[in-house]
Amino acid sequence: MTPEESAAALQERFPEAVLDVVHFRGEVSLLIRRDQIVDVAKFCHDDLTYTFLSDLSAVDWLDQRPRFDIVYHLTSLEYMIRLRLKVQTVEGQPVPSVTSVWGAANWAEREVYDLYGVEFSSHPDLRRILLPEGWVGHPMRKDFQQTQIALPRPKSDKWVE
Amino acid sequence: MVTTEPRQDTMILNMGPQHPSTHGVLRLLVELEGETVIRLQPDIGYLHTGIEKTGERLKYQQVITLTDRMGYLDNMLDELAYVLAAEKLVGVDVPERVKWIRVLLAELERVSSHLVWLGTHALDLGAMSVFMYCFREREKILDIKENLSGVRMMTSFIRIGGLANDLTPEFEPMVREFIGYMRGRVDEYEELLTENPLWVERTKHTGVLLAEVAINMGCSGPTIRASGVPYDMRKRAPYSGYENFDFDVILGENGDVYDRFMCRIREMRQSLRIVEQAIDGLPEGPWRIDDRKIVPPPKDEIVQDMEALIHHFKLFTEGLKPPVGEVYQAIEGARGEMGYYLVSNGTGKPYRFHMRAPSFYNLQALPQMMHGGLIADLVAIVGSIDIVLGEVDR
Repeated sequence: MTPEESAAALQERFPEAVLDVVHFRGEVSLLIRRDQIVDVAKFCHDDLTYTFLSDLSAVDWLDQRPRFDIVYHLTSLEYMIRLRLKVQTVEGQPVPSVTSVWGAANWAEREVYDLYGVEFSSHPDLRRILLPEGWVGHPMRKDFQQTQIALPRPKSDKWVE
Repeated sequence: MVTTEPRQDTMILNMGPQHPSTHGVLRLLVELEGETVIRLQPDIGYLHTGIEKTGERLKYQQVITLTDRMGYLDNMLDELAYVLAAEKLVGVDVPERVKWIRVLLAELERVSSHLVWLGTHALDLGAMSVFMYCFREREKILDIKENLSGVRMMTSFIRIGGLANDLTPEFEPMVREFIGYMRGRVDEYEELLTENPLWVERTKHTGVLLAEVAINMGCSGPTIRASGVPYDMRKRAPYSGYENFDFDVILGENGDVYDRFMCRIREMRQSLRIVEQAIDGLPEGPWRIDDRKIVPPPKDEIVQDMEALIHHFKLFTEGLKPPVGEVYQAIEGARGEMGYYLVSNGTGKPYRFHMRAPSFYNLQALPQMMHGGLIADLVAIVGSIDIVLGEVDR
């Protein structure tokens, strides 16, 4: 199987969910409707042998609407091919979590939540992962204020026994 | 951090972030019943430096210095992964000699990284002398790197479109001497550990990771190969000319700490095989491409030729400008799939610069390897997955 065949199979199975297919430098990217990402991911995992989630990350297109791309890099260990899925979202609009399909998505989605502020619905443990819990803002956003950051303060200045 | 209420008869133990056996700054929250671990939660982020954010502010050729600092034990592999991604984005192919030198350096680096792993892992389990031996051997690789690039660790030697320089005259004899020397040393480690009853007792049937779990959790490198999954990109999806080399992919059976140990030990031998083939068959030719839009002109040309000066100036002020698009390129790092995701918007700086860190995903599977082991096993397991926190936290 090739990534092109996978893309064709996905288009046939989910004609409404696949919004766009892009070929660049031998890689295939598919833009998927946000509410159907879990179904598409399950189909990729079970029927198209993409059992390995290589990477999950996000891109912030500050001036575009929708603003955020969530990017999934899938690998088929059987055929050693890769496929890129993308989901678009705006601020405050949660993306369905794919942790039920790939366990690896757990920390990766937490990282995206931490650094971009994109929420994932039905994620088992959605909280900050790299930054401290009291941190304000999401530093990987393109409009993040990079100077004069107020660091999270301890809860009390006094020593409590 | 532990979300549910602890039981009354158990104890919550905080391990780290400065515990010596966590190999960096990793905090582990452990719930204990006697000596048995019933729950485990890794807490990361203590080494987060915002490298990805910094990368978006730098030009493509400057980012190489950042990649060195992510996986600081195998920095040439990091450089290679990034440079291959950038070259894919720009759309250039490099000369054969460059590919071979890159493979040679990558495999030396893999040996060096495995040596640090073996030394610290054995130290965690009480074998002090192995640590001394491993660092003695690693020093020789660092000497080779220093001779080549002038720097022992943060080499920045692999560049977009080629290398920073050609090989030095001393390089070949140094590498040949090292191969002969190192073969005997790997035998020595095996003599010390492989059949050592204390070592076997501590590591066999400890921290078992099933193949299905390893795939589902995105583990890679020796961690997944020890579970019997033949996932090695050098063999399955060759990059940078790996198809020209003859080597075996080492697989384990049980996926326990011992198998991960054996995998890496045998991988060192395979890496030495590749290094030997690379140094024997090293093709002649240029050590970088001749495209002035991608690599700077030679220095002596700059002082004589106006056009060369302009090229140099444009390249260092504006950077090279790949077309709009995105690529993901992964290589087989010392710890597993090391991938770079680059998004270009047509300017000289990456719009998005993201690293797929193998340690990040391997560490995530730690609770799955633990299930009901003893607290002493935890030290063995953390050591066996060979994490680099600079890569986990980025």
